[in-house]
Amino acid sequence: MRPSQLMKRTPLSLALCTLFAGTTQAADFKLGIEVPRLDVAEYHRPYVAAWIERDDRSVAANLAVWYQLKRANAPASAQMPAAGGAAPAGAAEGGTKWLPDMRQWWRRTGRELTMPADGISSATRAAGVHELNFSSGKAPFPDLAPGQYKLMVEAAREEGGRELIEIPFTWPAAKAEQLKAQGSRELGALSLAIKP
Amino acid sequence: MKITMNKLALALAVAALPFAAHAHKGWLAPSKTVLSVGQWITVDAGTSSDPFLRDHNAMRLDNLVVTAPDGSKVQPENASTGKLRSSFDVQLNQAGTYKVAIVNQGISARWEEKGQRKSYPPRGQAFTAEGFAKEVPADAEKLAVTESLTQLVTFATAGKPNDTALKPTGVGLELVPLQSITDLYVGEEAKFQFLLDGKPAADVEVEIIADGVRYRSSVEALELKTDKDGKFSIDWKTPGLYWMSASVSDDKASTPPAKQRRTAYTAVVEVLSP
Repeated sequence: MRPSQLMKRTPLSLALCTLFAGTTQAADFKLGIEVPRLDVAEYHRPYVAAWIERDDRSVAANLAVWYQLKRANAPASAQMPAAGGAAPAGAAEGGTKWLPDMRQWWRRTGRELTMPADGISSATRAAGVHELNFSSGKAPFPDLAPGQYKLMVEAAREEGGRELIEIPFTWPAAKAEQLKAQGSRELGALSLAIKP
Repeated sequence: MKITMNKLALALAVAALPFAAHAHKGWLAPSKTVLSVGQWITVDAGTSSDPFLRDHNAMRLDNLVVTAPDGSKVQPENASTGKLRSSFDVQLNQAGTYKVAIVNQGISARWEEKGQRKSYPPRGQAFTAEGFAKEVPADAEKLAVTESLTQLVTFATAGKPNDTALKPTGVGLELVPLQSITDLYVGEEAKFQFLLDGKPAADVEVEIIADGVRYRSSVEALELKTDKDGKFSIDWKTPGLYWMSASVSDDKASTPPAKQRRTAYTAVVEVLSP
């Protein structure tokens, strides 16, 4: 375990807790991910993953992964969880097959997860803006040690492309913050609202 | 007529031999190198003047060895040999890194008789002590008996990488990746080490060629040299398959009557965009 993870309550966060005493101690982390509407001949909803990276690119938190959880007409055994993105025998063409296409997510954390991942994975989503709300200390959002982080969002689409966008942020935030980034094709607007 | 047919058969056998002609490069081309557990890869194998060009000969698959992440051997499936390339499939049922290798070992003798070059064994045939004694005159001029040990390898990882299948054997020239062999990205410097009989191989020339030679006006081979610790590093500029090869010739043959040794190691790796 990294030393920084051991010091969950540093003087700075203590000070903040004191400052906001009487309100709540859990900071809010609100994410808006836009799945763009694409005018293409063959459209499949994108696989999308969101996670938080430390400065050294290690993963501080796995927030979400949207993929094809169930495959139409697949046998029940094909829906069983498995490590390394594995689909059990006879189900090699299941929804986990395309998880490695989210290359950075796969490299940094995906390949170590057992899918489906409790509280993280869910089905692919339609075009539109999807809001995800997290509070610090409440799974899957950990008590982050104070420092610099990056929110990473990666999308990969069958018959389409791949896109990775990031929003750097400081934790904990001194005041409420609204951060934004814009995808160019596979992702639309990305927003991050942090409330101390 | 019968003689003609035999000659034709011999000519074909000679043409089908990989590595025999040093002018041609052996290559493996995996369909993917980063996958989830249970997926299949298909691998093409051939020899051509430049790597990955399907324009010369198929690779013989007799000496194909696929090692699973736990070190066990896996039988490739759907192996076939065409005119210009061989191909086979491997299902990655274990989490970890697979090694796909074509390992060639052999001994060959060259000498001169009345100004004419001779060699043994004939291409496509195995060296035997009896055959050597029978074919090679005891007083052969300029006799050179060379032991060769060459490996052509590529890798694929299902889930999280591991290095059990990549452990060096300590024999001949071998490549040790200093990061996961399937975690190679444009913009990230990759480090490797060459070992000769398990020890760092200093000052070894390494040739690196990217896929797509056909669509460039020149091969644009990158030539590097290992440092005193046998190490070298590459800063990848473009994603794709890369062919990396090195060889060492010395007098450390292990099997008599061979005195010279040539050991070569060629790896095909996939570089991804970040």
